[in-house]
Amino acid sequence: MQRGISYEGVIAQAFRDSFAKLDPRIQMRNPVMFVVEVGTVVTLVLSVWPTAFGPAGGPERLYDIIVTVVLFVTLLFANFAEGLAEGRGRAQAQSLRRTKSDTIAHRIDADGRSLGDAVATSLRLGDMVRVEAGEIIPTDGEIVRGVASIDESAITGESAPVIREAGGDFSSVTGGTRVLSDWIEMRVTVEPGKSFLDRMIALVEGAERQKTPNELALTVLLAALTLIFLVVVDTLAPMASFLHAAIPMATLIALLVCLIPTTIGALLSAIGIAGMDRVIRFNIIAKSGKAVEAAGDVDTLILDKTGTITLGNRMADAFLPMPGVDEEAMLRACLLASYYDETPEGRSIVELARKLGQDAAESETAGATAIAFSAETRRSGIVLADGKEISKGAVDVIRKLAEREGAQIPPELDSYTAQIARSGGTPLAVVADAQLLGVIHLKDIIKPGMKERFDALRRIGIRTIMVTGDNPLTAETIAREAGVDDFIAEAKPEDKMRRIREEQAQGKLVAMTGDGTNDAPALAQADVGLAMNSGTSAAKEAGNMVDLDSDPTKLIEVVSIGKQLLITRGAITTFSIANDVAKYFAIIPAMFLGAIPALGALNIMHLTSPQSAILSALIFNALIIPALIPLALRGVRYVPMGATQMLQRNILIYGFGGVITPFVGIKLIDLALTALGLAHI
Amino acid sequence: MTFTGLLGDALFLVVLTAVAVPLGRYMYRVMEGERTFLDRIFDPVERAIFRISGIDAQKGMDWRKYVIAFLLSNLVMAVLVYLILVFQTSLPLNPAKLGPITPTTIFNTVASFIANCNWQVYAGETTLSNFSQWALQYLQFTSPASGMIVAVAFARGFVANRPDLGNFYRDFVRSLTRIFLPIAFVAAVVLVALGVPDTLGGPVVAHTLSGLTQVISRGPVAAFEAIKQLGTNGGGFFNANSAHPFENPGPWTNLIEEFLMALLPTSLVFTFGHYIKNIKQAWVLYGVTMFLLVGLLVLVYSAEASGNPLLRHVLGVAGPNWEGKETRFGIAGSSLFTSLTTAYTTGAVNNMHDSLTPLGGLVPLFQMMLNSVFGGKGAGLLNMLMFVIISVFVTGLMVGRTPELFGKKIEAKEVIAASVAFLIHPLIILWPTAIALSTAAGKAGILNPGFHGLSEVVYAYASSAANNGSAFAGLAASSPFYAISTGIVILLGRYLSMILMLYIAGSLLKKKTVPVSPGTLRTDTWTFGTVFLGVELIMGALTFFPVVALGPIAEQLAMLAGKVF
Repeated sequence: MQRGISYEGVIAQAFRDSFAKLDPRIQMRNPVMFVVEVGTVVTLVLSVWPTAFGPAGGPERLYDIIVTVVLFVTLLFANFAEGLAEGRGRAQAQSLRRTKSDTIAHRIDADGRSLGDAVATSLRLGDMVRVEAGEIIPTDGEIVRGVASIDESAITGESAPVIREAGGDFSSVTGGTRVLSDWIEMRVTVEPGKSFLDRMIALVEGAERQKTPNELALTVLLAALTLIFLVVVDTLAPMASFLHAAIPMATLIALLVCLIPTTIGALLSAIGIAGMDRVIRFNIIAKSGKAVEAAGDVDTLILDKTGTITLGNRMADAFLPMPGVDEEAMLRACLLASYYDETPEGRSIVELARKLGQDAAESETAGATAIAFSAETRRSGIVLADGKEISKGAVDVIRKLAEREGAQIPPELDSYTAQIARSGGTPLAVVADAQLLGVIHLKDIIKPGMKERFDALRRIGIRTIMVTGDNPLTAETIAREAGVDDFIAEAKPEDKMRRIREEQAQGKLVAMTGDGTNDAPALAQADVGLAMNSGTSAAKEAGNMVDLDSDPTKLIEVVSIGKQLLITRGAITTFSIANDVAKYFAIIPAMFLGAIPALGALNIMHLTSPQSAILSALIFNALIIPALIPLALRGVRYVPMGATQMLQRNILIYGFGGVITPFVGIKLIDLALTALGLAHI
Repeated sequence: MTFTGLLGDALFLVVLTAVAVPLGRYMYRVMEGERTFLDRIFDPVERAIFRISGIDAQKGMDWRKYVIAFLLSNLVMAVLVYLILVFQTSLPLNPAKLGPITPTTIFNTVASFIANCNWQVYAGETTLSNFSQWALQYLQFTSPASGMIVAVAFARGFVANRPDLGNFYRDFVRSLTRIFLPIAFVAAVVLVALGVPDTLGGPVVAHTLSGLTQVISRGPVAAFEAIKQLGTNGGGFFNANSAHPFENPGPWTNLIEEFLMALLPTSLVFTFGHYIKNIKQAWVLYGVTMFLLVGLLVLVYSAEASGNPLLRHVLGVAGPNWEGKETRFGIAGSSLFTSLTTAYTTGAVNNMHDSLTPLGGLVPLFQMMLNSVFGGKGAGLLNMLMFVIISVFVTGLMVGRTPELFGKKIEAKEVIAASVAFLIHPLIILWPTAIALSTAAGKAGILNPGFHGLSEVVYAYASSAANNGSAFAGLAASSPFYAISTGIVILLGRYLSMILMLYIAGSLLKKKTVPVSPGTLRTDTWTFGTVFLGVELIMGALTFFPVVALGPIAEQLAMLAGKVF
């Protein structure tokens, strides 16, 4: 994805949006802010025509005008917050759209004969297209013929090219990526407008954004609160008039706006958009906001061992010479046997040997030839210039080879092999000139920091299950070392599915990652299915998120983002409601100071005048919105900890803090208004 | 405040709790059809009832069926009592030869008694025949039973793998035969022993020493009194309610009456704990609510004990506020009664709430506004749980998970219903108050000017909405305007929120139970209890602060400032 979006542009656009969004049809979607808008119109009418709603018994017109301005600014702040959140996505979408526009596709028929060129957007499901080196792939599809290196940086931001070829799990290509070398012929797998790129553009623009169930529930609660305060305020006027106290309309509206949860009302959609945006910036495409929220609720993570928990490859850990074999000779043989081996395992053997002080001199390997690994021989090695042959391979293969050459098989071979297997490693035997030299211990290397992350997950109540094709013994060792809660050994794809169903039957939410076509059913069954972008299109279709970097570990981050989204929403809601306490203490005594002087005792903040009290509360109410925009966009800092502990922490900050902050804020604004001479207008 | 007064109140609450815990368990066993010691007596009785009525009491109901059965049975009972009141003059047991009752009074009375409110716009001894009193007494049994079993049905929504909410008729019968009737029976006998009359005879005419004649009303008072208190009904046999010497002759009957009204709602919290298989949760709900109750009790007690400073300054009368109180109950006994009767939304009174100090009067008013300080039978627990749902939703988000309550996810549906249920209460208090204060008919019924007049009106609607039934007095409650408007408020306050809560239960019932993990927000902790308390207070206070500020708070502040009306 294109980085470095111009922030000035986003802010300018959000500023323009703030006005465009004043359209009542847009405001209506947000009941809280709609009430503010109606209130603004009423005070505006009063400012122009003070007797619009009966005789003007209240304070000066200037007061009405100031209230109108503050209300108007409140609306703009709310719109700005939303605009800012949307703008960041929109800027990203624009850079994506540039990639998409005007791509020309060379259409072909099933046998590869050209059917002439067409615009990419006209391609339909099932069409065949040929893409040459240097060209942009017009839309999503499956490679039918050919193999090519492809630059996916437009989508993933990863500059290293990837190889895609017909057949197998690496046959899917994404529209907007570029063929670097060779050519491919592909079948289009999506209808126009439904490609990955289209979806991503829609997603980041927020066009497809639907309110998540959770957001919906919160909106209803906020609407109910708004309605309650509407009743509270509109019944206040007759009560006051029973007590012969007249309350100016502008004051009633000010009270109403202060009481209804404008802070969360203004920031709610920005929080949602920003949450999705965080996911996208993390290079994950979530197909819906619901999936992100579900991630926050996950109870069980099902993770593949290889590539997720362990590094993709095994590494040499130790050399175990057979009795009577010189350790140095053994090391040397291992080094030479792996000299031409470019696999990660081979490299790790060479590396370990060098670390232990062995190295091959130039002279030694001069004229040597490699024995390449083949599926038939299942071993690799080297033939030195003097004809000496050293090879390494699976223990059973090497044992047979050694026996055939008449070598003694020491009993330690079996005991070492068993010992390595027990510890979760893989043994490789080394043989040279009919002598069995020893065993190399290859070990699964657990990615650094995994144990800590699993511990953190456990603290927040998420269990991890490791899935591996290894035997139970090996699996158990790795599971213990990595600190996962459970494992499935010798796993077949259907085992994953079964486990997901079992967990779900207990009422748990399950998240998993996958890339192969045989993962697709499990990805669809899981509540959160994170498909790898490198995977097949079936897998990508089945999951509800796609990781563009194809890093399965990121599932853990997705969980954090989901939680952070919910926490931010809850925190600002709590803050918003808690704020009302102070606002009451500012406004109620101010409202009735004339008619009911006794209520002056409630003016515990000692605000200068009734007008300054009401305006201070209203201004605080407006200013708190931009003050919290960064928090809404960034999200509340999330530290994994137990639920009760987290509740204590957040209640202290946002609940208790929400009660205290406005007392301070309103007092300060009142002091400022007094200093400016606006306290008595 | 005296030390003995406080000690007495504390002792009362300890004994109450000690009885409520096992009784809550007994009630659970009764409602779930487990074996109890009264089976031998009541099993045949119940079988006979169901055989005669032809009801299949084993058939479970979903929330819709339960609601329909609840509403229908309440409607039938209401119509029955309505007819009895309409034809009072043609029916027997009218020794005092009392005349017909006005239609608005009948409407208000039936609405009030079917809804467990017992707001009374009539004076019992001069309006109702013994037969009519019996009809009302019948509703005093059935309305708390209806309320209690709705709460029980709601609790069943949380039970894992339950197919239904239970059978309304079975619950109804069992709760009456095994809970209400036995306790009320014993209580009535004890009250008779302590001097409460119980007779079908007519009024006694006494010739006083000064040579005048005095007509003394009597009737089947003890039986009425027992269920009036036990069922958190509160509608007195006499107009003076529990301040009347025949209803409440002395300190011991006073204690028993206080005990009876607090007994079942407190026990029900523990019954709920058994349903969700989490007694600690019940203790947290109990603890938080008891904290509120005690705090408010101390407030009213201290306000009454310190008396009216104006009297001290102007007349030189020092000491507690004795106005409207019976000396036989004392300040502590009166304050406790006031506090309990509004906390448990009973509505019986042993002193005149209109005469409380403004701050003292704020306590009963605020408890009815919260409507969840234990509350009435069933309704109170439902309101507590509605606040719990809202607390769990808002604060549950703050731990980063879709909120769960007792293992069931709280999602849009539940929050919508709980929000509406939450909305109803302030709506049906504040709107009618505003209407009353701005219409001629409403204003005509207000007997005091200023803040106190406002308090009287708000109190009337708060009492109706909370189905409390206690009156602040000082209001022409029997005028058609108030009789009709309070009647409507009573019905809305009763049925709307119960239907919504059963809807929630129906929705929860279908959900899978989520296992508890360290990431689950536990609601059975004191941390959550504190949050729950905060939400209840802030939500309640935010909604009613303006009206309370204009009523009792303004009056109190004015009083302290030395203003006389």
